[in-house]
Amino acid sequence: MTKSQAMAAPKAPTSTGTKIAHGVTIAVLIVLLLLFIAPFILVLINVFKTKGDINSDPLALIGEHGFTLDNFPNAMDKMNFWTVFGNSLIVTVSATLLTVVFSAMAAYVIVRNPGWKVGSLLFAAMVASMVIPFQVLMVPLVSVYGGILDVLNSRVTLILMHVGFSVSLTTFMYHGAIKTNVPAELEEAASIDGCTKWRTFWQIVFPLLKPTTATVAIINAMAFWNDYLLPSLVLGRRELYTIPIATRVFYGTYSTDIGLVMAALLLAMLPILILYLFLQRYVVAGVTSGAVKG
Amino acid sequence: MKTNKLSYKMGQFLMFAGPAGILFCAVVIVPFFYGLYLTFTSWDGVSLEKPFVGLDNYAAAFADTAYWSSLGRTVVYSVISVILVNVVAFFLAYLVTSGIKGQNFFRAGFFIPNLIGGIVLGYVWKFVFNRAFVSIGEALSGTAPGSLLSTTNGAMFCLILVSVWQYAGYMMLIYVAGFMGVDNSLKEAALIDGCNSTRAMWHVVIPLMRASFVQCIFLSTTRCFMVYDLNLSLTNGEPFSSSVMAAMHVYNQAFVYKNYGMGQTEALVLFVICAVIGALQVYFGKKGEVAA
Repeated sequence: MTKSQAMAAPKAPTSTGTKIAHGVTIAVLIVLLLLFIAPFILVLINVFKTKGDINSDPLALIGEHGFTLDNFPNAMDKMNFWTVFGNSLIVTVSATLLTVVFSAMAAYVIVRNPGWKVGSLLFAAMVASMVIPFQVLMVPLVSVYGGILDVLNSRVTLILMHVGFSVSLTTFMYHGAIKTNVPAELEEAASIDGCTKWRTFWQIVFPLLKPTTATVAIINAMAFWNDYLLPSLVLGRRELYTIPIATRVFYGTYSTDIGLVMAALLLAMLPILILYLFLQRYVVAGVTSGAVKG
Repeated sequence: MKTNKLSYKMGQFLMFAGPAGILFCAVVIVPFFYGLYLTFTSWDGVSLEKPFVGLDNYAAAFADTAYWSSLGRTVVYSVISVILVNVVAFFLAYLVTSGIKGQNFFRAGFFIPNLIGGIVLGYVWKFVFNRAFVSIGEALSGTAPGSLLSTTNGAMFCLILVSVWQYAGYMMLIYVAGFMGVDNSLKEAALIDGCNSTRAMWHVVIPLMRASFVQCIFLSTTRCFMVYDLNLSLTNGEPFSSSVMAAMHVYNQAFVYKNYGMGQTEALVLFVICAVIGALQVYFGKKGEVAA
């Protein structure tokens, strides 16, 4: 992890030329960054205005009728914010935990027993399945689990489906990590000392995979948190909605009440932005190293 | 310990790979093959029977002009977006690896759009295009211009702009990793040998970053090609269904018009295209790699 965070060592600006070049680079970056976050700033300045003020001048920093906080409680109430936030949290955390644990276990048994045909077959199927777009699976999925088995409309179903869709890529990443980072001698020593495979895995192998675990947990959690299509097919009942579904339903109902919409959008973005504020180093490092391995 | 008995092996395998394997088969393998069967039926999504219709769905899919135009539109959108995403991402990566202060701050900042899902981003940008841009236009010209989202080409432009903005930060991180993987001494050697820095970049650094390029192009292509969330919230296919992308068309065919068999058939054609893109990526990734 530290390696991927290690920067190209900042060259000490020696000559005036380098100093000027660095100054220009920083100026360009600041302008670009402002452009990048402009949409968010726009939401932020409008969320504290009344509906009329947003309509008359969306670019003004402060509305004519001044500063208002009314949009928030109103939107929270109509969106059922705490319920959908809770749902998103339950689904994301459970699916991420299960994906990490199941994938690491599967990768371990596949890497350590290259002679077992069933393992090679499963791994080959997983790798091949990565090119299947979700659109090909959504109709049969609804048909089998909705029409035949009738298990849709439950959080557990959604969580298990999320896991099923993400184990292939995650197992693939763990597979590479176990191959390169876990020396087999350690496990041999443990086995001579009478350690079962199960205990060896949890006490020796899994702790050694921490960097990979961080990476896959971040990548998967972000995907689960933001996913719209699968939850929208699985969850029909209002009280099970996750944030993206609730946002869409809310917009469909209140799209003309722009002040409320601003508040709802900000609420939908806030949890992950706050988390990012604290974890950005890990997220950036995790995504970077995940990209290199994946 | 009998570690070579078949029952022991099976037990071990099921204990470790069972949960992942069973879930994976349940949501990927079974639906995939069941989906193949569905393409030969005409199912309305409600009735218990699924009448067998042979190749009718395939014939209908090939005759479905709306589908092919949505595919063509998706190709145009993907090509333009992929080129722009990678140009912008490479440029950003170049700037944030140039050794200035606060590099990490900028990296984290450009990555922000990736944190937020396509649905929310689409609505945020809808506000930007419909209100802020219109308001700026009014201030500049004195008359209120229409929103970009209300014209055919405008809606396409908006989709491309938002996609580039959304993915550039993510691809930037991959290029940053690529830049950091290139040994500085190689570039220095080129400079000493009389290359100017542009030529050193073009002939030394970029060829060594081949893997990053292949990866970014592949990732951005698959993401753009399967775009759905953003399409739904930003344009919803409007105006006059002129911005319906392939994924949205497939969704509507199945779940809105209830032609499940036909929707599944059209999705399968998408899969074949994706598989070809995937195969090409592997082929080009393996071919012509330069050794440092």
